[in-house]
Amino acid sequence: MTTTEGNVRKSESWNSRLGVILAVAGSAVGLGNFLRFPGQAAEYGGGAFMVAYFISLALIGIPICWAEWTMGRYGGQYGFNSSPGIFRLILKHPAGKYLGVLGVVIPVTIYMYYVYIEAWCLGYAVNFLQGGLNFGESVTIDNYINYFNTFIGAAEDGSALGFDINQVGIYIVLVFFLNFFLIYRGIAKGIEFFCTYAMPTLLLLGIIVLIRVLTLGAPNPELPEQSIINGLGHMWNPGNLFEKLKNPQLWIAAAGQIFFSLSVGFGVIITYSSYLSEKDDVVLSGLTATSANEFCEVGLGGMITIPAAFVFLGAAGIAGQGTFGLGFKVLPMVFSQMPAGALFGFIFFFLLFLAAVTSSLSMLQPGIAFLEEGLGINRKQSVAILGLITAMGSMFVVYFSKDMKALDTIDFWVGTFLIYLLATIQIIMFGWVIGIKKGWEEAHKGAEMRIPNIFKVIIKYISPVFLLTILIAFILEKIVGINFETGEFSATGYVADLIGGENHEKSPVALMSVGVIGAVIVFVMILINTAGKRWDKLDEEGKRP
Amino acid sequence: METGGWISMILSVGFVTTMFITCLYKVLTYKESTEHMHGMNIESDDLEEDDKI
Repeated sequence: MTTTEGNVRKSESWNSRLGVILAVAGSAVGLGNFLRFPGQAAEYGGGAFMVAYFISLALIGIPICWAEWTMGRYGGQYGFNSSPGIFRLILKHPAGKYLGVLGVVIPVTIYMYYVYIEAWCLGYAVNFLQGGLNFGESVTIDNYINYFNTFIGAAEDGSALGFDINQVGIYIVLVFFLNFFLIYRGIAKGIEFFCTYAMPTLLLLGIIVLIRVLTLGAPNPELPEQSIINGLGHMWNPGNLFEKLKNPQLWIAAAGQIFFSLSVGFGVIITYSSYLSEKDDVVLSGLTATSANEFCEVGLGGMITIPAAFVFLGAAGIAGQGTFGLGFKVLPMVFSQMPAGALFGFIFFFLLFLAAVTSSLSMLQPGIAFLEEGLGINRKQSVAILGLITAMGSMFVVYFSKDMKALDTIDFWVGTFLIYLLATIQIIMFGWVIGIKKGWEEAHKGAEMRIPNIFKVIIKYISPVFLLTILIAFILEKIVGINFETGEFSATGYVADLIGGENHEKSPVALMSVGVIGAVIVFVMILINTAGKRWDKLDEEGKRP
Repeated sequence: METGGWISMILSVGFVTTMFITCLYKVLTYKESTEHMHGMNIESDDLEEDDKI
């Protein structure tokens, strides 16, 4: 929303139906689809994980998605495009706006480290093209581990700031300016324009890589068991299905994947949908954006990453690799070994780069919307303020690159914990504050399909209970440090980094990272207080739609 | 690859692909799908000023 001096008016909107769907899908499709999901599914046993995954999709993913789309469009009718404004409107209480603080803090803070990862993708794509990732015949995984550590500056703080083509610095500058250029262009000319081309390109590139992977056969005649069929088996074999489903960690992992994958609880969808009008459908649009994300995740990510890695490295080469290990150490080696590997390596990392840009753009818009509607400033001013804040945050993350400590700490506390919290607030707000009856009517305005009535019960009772259960289990496991199998407690690394623990010293970088998160929260709270006064004045003067 | 793996893969990939194609088909064939949305302006004031310059 753009405001004029002392007045308020709605001024931005999407250009087309497909545009908003592609933008929301673009927001959701990111590195998690191609790296995190396959790693998680393979770790917990494909079949068992997928049961928990689809149940989580039905019970929290799709319901929260519809709730966010509906609340966003509702807020947009009253001139609000950010969570603080929309929450204030829905709760009909001045304190409501403070509850929306997470809807600004989460995307803005995640952007600070996400742009760093985005730069890795661009850097890897460029280096595949120019041969920087070709280590010749006697290649080992250590070559790629060393390359990654040097590229991102994992060995020492400050070492990521080099501007050589084999260092991440130059790529950070490029992607940072690309994001802010597009966001400055606005909803239709920036975000929608980019996503309209980027998303179909991403799908096409994904299908090209998929065909390449599925036709690999068994490339090493000496290891016929390392075939693509066995690679698919490594990804999808269910093992002992019922025994695995008893593991609470599997459910936390599956629900978490749905969350991070769909971008629900980020504060992004609520902002994007606020640029719709009351006559625009949100039910089918929301489901279409969700299904696009699911296709990229399960249909492409699930079929490419693990099977390809298995064919060249076997089960032992994949075991224990996290998201980044799989994506930036294992896969580059895999691509370098396959025929036309430089080309396919470039395509894959350029695909990841496109997915990352469409996601990072969506992280900036809630901040831009809040600054413009809260402070009554124009686009240039809001871009300048947000650019300064995120540049400082990104510099912090990039400078403290040793062992990715700053990135990892902020990702845990904001990119995991706070997202659960915001999603819980959102679903309770839709089901209990707006109420199912009114929420249902609001969701179906302009709707091109009906939401099955069973979702009334799901949204009101099952989703909040499921979410709260997962949230409590997450706190117990990841923060309190309970082992569900033995019942013993021990401080997790993230907590021990802050308070110290047995054989674990406090980490100054982790403490500073939490300080950065706290500073962003306090800063946004102060801005919300200022915005509230402005909104109250506009309400008194009757200038709100 | 075990039989359970084939079933798990075909059901999972088949479900998401069918859902995606069905939703996309509905969106693209809906009569108003090519019409513009209902917002008022596309750009903020400062961008409009830039265009004038």
